Amino acid sequence: MVELAALSPCAGLLPIAHGDVTLSEVDLGQITLMRPWAGRQADLAAALKDAHGLAWPAPGRATGRAGQRAIWFGLDQVVLAGPSPDPALASFGALVDQSDGWAVVRLEGEGAIAVLSRLVPIDLRPSVFKRGHTARTQLQHMPVSLSKLGDRAFVIMGARSMAQTLVEDLKTAMAGVAARG
Amino acid sequence: MRIPCPICGARDRREFYYQGAASMLARPDPGAEPEVWDAYLHLRDNPAGETRELWYHASGCGAWLVVTRDTVTHDIAGAELASEGTR
Repeated sequence: MVELAALSPCAGLLPIAHGDVTLSEVDLGQITLMRPWAGRQADLAAALKDAHGLAWPAPGRATGRAGQRAIWFGLDQVVLAGPSPDPALASFGALVDQSDGWAVVRLEGEGAIAVLSRLVPIDLRPSVFKRGHTARTQLQHMPVSLSKLGDRAFVIMGARSMAQTLVEDLKTAMAGVAARG
Repeated sequence: MRIPCPICGARDRREFYYQGAASMLARPDPGAEPEVWDAYLHLRDNPAGETRELWYHASGCGAWLVVTRDTVTHDIAGAELASEGTR
């Protein structure tokens, strides 16, 4: 029997640091994409609250805490990150396990906004993009989910197949910001 | 150019994919005459001024939008969800 060792999406690439900004890989636990059947969003939201104690996030918002989050993920879509979804949720919508599909990284530090501003075409000033906010947007040319989960910390989800590009683009921007001092 | 996505707010044009005239939403009856289908598929107005067109928020929320845009000035007068728009 061949013994296969599981590798994380960014294995061998992270962590890295430039100046005061660090980039590290995050294990969100199980990642489940949830999408309610037509007209059943309120029911799915209630089931999520009952089973996991998580509020269904409004567009552009993430709810919950470390290890158990609900992250808005686009039109009528929310990602449950952390717990395995309660079977009751399946009555009201489609649940798709995407745990192996996403590379998840955490960018943290005083200069994190300056780094992301080189890559992402949305307004990330603290007065606009606050803790608990999330967005589907682009990082360079790559569609990503970007969430602000700490005062100086962002969590970025990109397609696992593009993990190396995700890290490379962030690394280049981090080095550029650090070089400016 | 920025497009005011009803879900995400004003976003940069590069997040969107352009499809074409919003007349694509007015799909003819399957049994309509071939001339009607020909017009639906191939004949387009080419206005110098206000036009309604379909944009897809590809790198954002994934919504199809009907955007009202002025082809002369590129002013965007508004955007609504195609699923809720008037056909």
